Amino acid sequence: MTHSASSPPQPADLPGTIVENRERQLPLLDALEAEAVHIIREVVAEFERPAMLFSGGKDSVVMAHLAAKAFWPAPIPFPLLHVDTGHNFPEVLDYRDTAVERLGVRLEVARVQDYIDDGRLAERADGTRNPLQTQPLLDAIAEHRFDALFGGGRRDEEKARAKERVLSLRDEFGQWDPRNQRPELWDLYNGRHRPGEHVRAFPLSNWTELDVWRYIEREAIELPELYYAHYRDVVERDGMLLAVGPFIAPRESETITNRLVRYRTVGDMSCTGAVESEAKDVAAVIAEVAATRITERGATRADDRLSEAAMEDRKKEGYF
Amino acid sequence: MSTLLRLATAGSVDDGKSTLVGRLLFDSKSVLADQLESVERVSRDRGLSGADLALLTDGLRAEREQGITIDVAYRYFATAKRTFILADCPGHVQYTRNTVTGASTADVVVLLIDARKGLLEQTRRHLAVASLLRVPNVVVAINKIDLVGYSHARYEELHDDIAAAARALGIESVTSIPVSALEGANVVERSAHTPWWEGPTLLSYLESVPADGSATSGSAAGGTALPTSEQPFRFPVQSVIRPQLAGGAEYRDYRGYAGRVASGTVRIGDPVTVLPSGTTTTVSGIDLLGASVSQIFAGQSATLRLTDELDVTRGDSIVSGELPVLTQDVQGTVAWLAEQPLRPGTRLLLKHTTRTTTAIVRNIGGILNLGSARLEPAEHLALNDIGSVTLRLASPIAADEYARNRSTGSFLLIDQASGATLAAGMVGNALTGAVHPETRPLNYAI
Repeated sequence: MTHSASSPPQPADLPGTIVENRERQLPLLDALEAEAVHIIREVVAEFERPAMLFSGGKDSVVMAHLAAKAFWPAPIPFPLLHVDTGHNFPEVLDYRDTAVERLGVRLEVARVQDYIDDGRLAERADGTRNPLQTQPLLDAIAEHRFDALFGGGRRDEEKARAKERVLSLRDEFGQWDPRNQRPELWDLYNGRHRPGEHVRAFPLSNWTELDVWRYIEREAIELPELYYAHYRDVVERDGMLLAVGPFIAPRESETITNRLVRYRTVGDMSCTGAVESEAKDVAAVIAEVAATRITERGATRADDRLSEAAMEDRKKEGYF
Repeated sequence: MSTLLRLATAGSVDDGKSTLVGRLLFDSKSVLADQLESVERVSRDRGLSGADLALLTDGLRAEREQGITIDVAYRYFATAKRTFILADCPGHVQYTRNTVTGASTADVVVLLIDARKGLLEQTRRHLAVASLLRVPNVVVAINKIDLVGYSHARYEELHDDIAAAARALGIESVTSIPVSALEGANVVERSAHTPWWEGPTLLSYLESVPADGSATSGSAAGGTALPTSEQPFRFPVQSVIRPQLAGGAEYRDYRGYAGRVASGTVRIGDPVTVLPSGTTTTVSGIDLLGASVSQIFAGQSATLRLTDELDVTRGDSIVSGELPVLTQDVQGTVAWLAEQPLRPGTRLLLKHTTRTTTAIVRNIGGILNLGSARLEPAEHLALNDIGSVTLRLASPIAADEYARNRSTGSFLLIDQASGATLAAGMVGNALTGAVHPETRPLNYAI
């Protein structure tokens, strides 16, 4: 983080290019950053108990970075919440804990494993735990009485997300009703809700995958190493490269190969695929993302391939 | 350096909005292979001969089933010149509120009409919405031009119809472009079938239209024709940042006012007024998200420090230049978005910038007749009605006329019990222009 709570402000002027710009228009990344900060500040001002979802994935890392900048020189004024599937990449968990310490925030963890251990949830036949996150998430919201939850969801990710508001109301069952969303006018966000309801807030709604990477480069934000090309033992399954490890064992017809890969998204190990890549640094990743012909979810998420409306169905039930 | 343009689509149901958006995305190479495969697969399953590009934006189960757009979908695409945020708004009359939503943040509205059907009631309604919401620029895409044999005469006829409808709303001139979303004519690529068309393609229009809050004419008298950064400085305070001991010894006494510049610009040393108190002071420091800067302008989120220790809190505004009006009595124009009607005497919440206050409806001044573009007497406003109202507020707001400032001139009306957003409101009598077209500034001239 270039602007943590402890680092002093660097005296700097606005870049000359902005001041001289006749239209006085903010460059793209500055406009997206200003909008996200505005949203984060509005939610913190209007809600009593906000929290931010934080997985150690790039979108949540960028979101936490924006929160640190929004309240500088004060620390981030809310806790982070991680819904832990129990199928994490170990390096991402390490990254999460280091980041939490550096940001000086409290971390709450809701564990899917606890639910499976005591029988409240059952393992799915396909082994993926992504859809199982909904109940622990909703229980954590109830337990901590969170009334607003920041999520790193972006509208460019998926067609159901493309329909979602920046401030999205969830009923007392945590459900999203896509046919009955509040109109969202100008930059006047309406977060009023009844007791028991809560709101999901998406400060990165208008960012694309490429914007996120360009911002990571500009702000020199550190990410878990698996976002960059590295050698890993993988098996090919349903057109995806899955890391061999405690949660993925090769099936009879599959062979393990050691390939140069990176991850475009980071989620549950059992359903997040790697892509073959030689991109070892941010600049190389940006070049790769700019040229790709496949969406990040299409390339890497088995759970979104279940049906045309898999994400909509999960969201209606209370998913991120 | 890439800049951002926000556009919204409008037009009646079946005029081909989703197909046009799909075409823009597809021809600008913004559709990725797996998205296209999915669209092609679904199209094949339905027995269609080609890919139904509307499926790229109609993402909800119900939308795909019914073949209509229910809610605003946001799409992102970029060319070498610009990045676009596109709000694809449904055309069905029951979803007019979504058009209001899309238009409220748009720099440009793309209004579609079907070349065979011409101007429909929804087209007029959406033109009125774009006009009321002071969308800086409106372009009319005369779609399905292939289905009228790429006829120049038909294009001219429709252009004249639109110009007449626009004049009734006080819009001096409109830009229109003959397109076929299905065939890709004049959307991204110029069509060989319309040799008579010498204007821009839709995409080249969108790449060159101003995105700074001003209209293309630049000559319009006052109003929002000025770029947002050249309007008087307005800074609604979102929160007070006081780290006390948490930010380290260096920031123990730090007190900054967090907000986003709604309009104008401010420099260190500038005299400013805090409203509603009316106290004056000067700006002693500006922190741009952790970096100390000497100046900020419209659109930037920042933290201001003031020379004097004042009582400033969320809901207050830091301003300079010509002062906004501080008032508890608001005359406004509202687009009513709720099922239950609005009647005089109704108690509501009003949200204006960062301040929310109780409001009571004193009077309903009239309702806009979309056919005649005139204001007519009304007892109440029903869903999708546009009307003028007088409100009494429990505490004053520092407001500008919406015609002068889209940010400090806009408000929401909110249901006290459910929290639902009931109306989009605009300060000032925006309907005056509809009643007396000649008094309306020209914001759409090309």
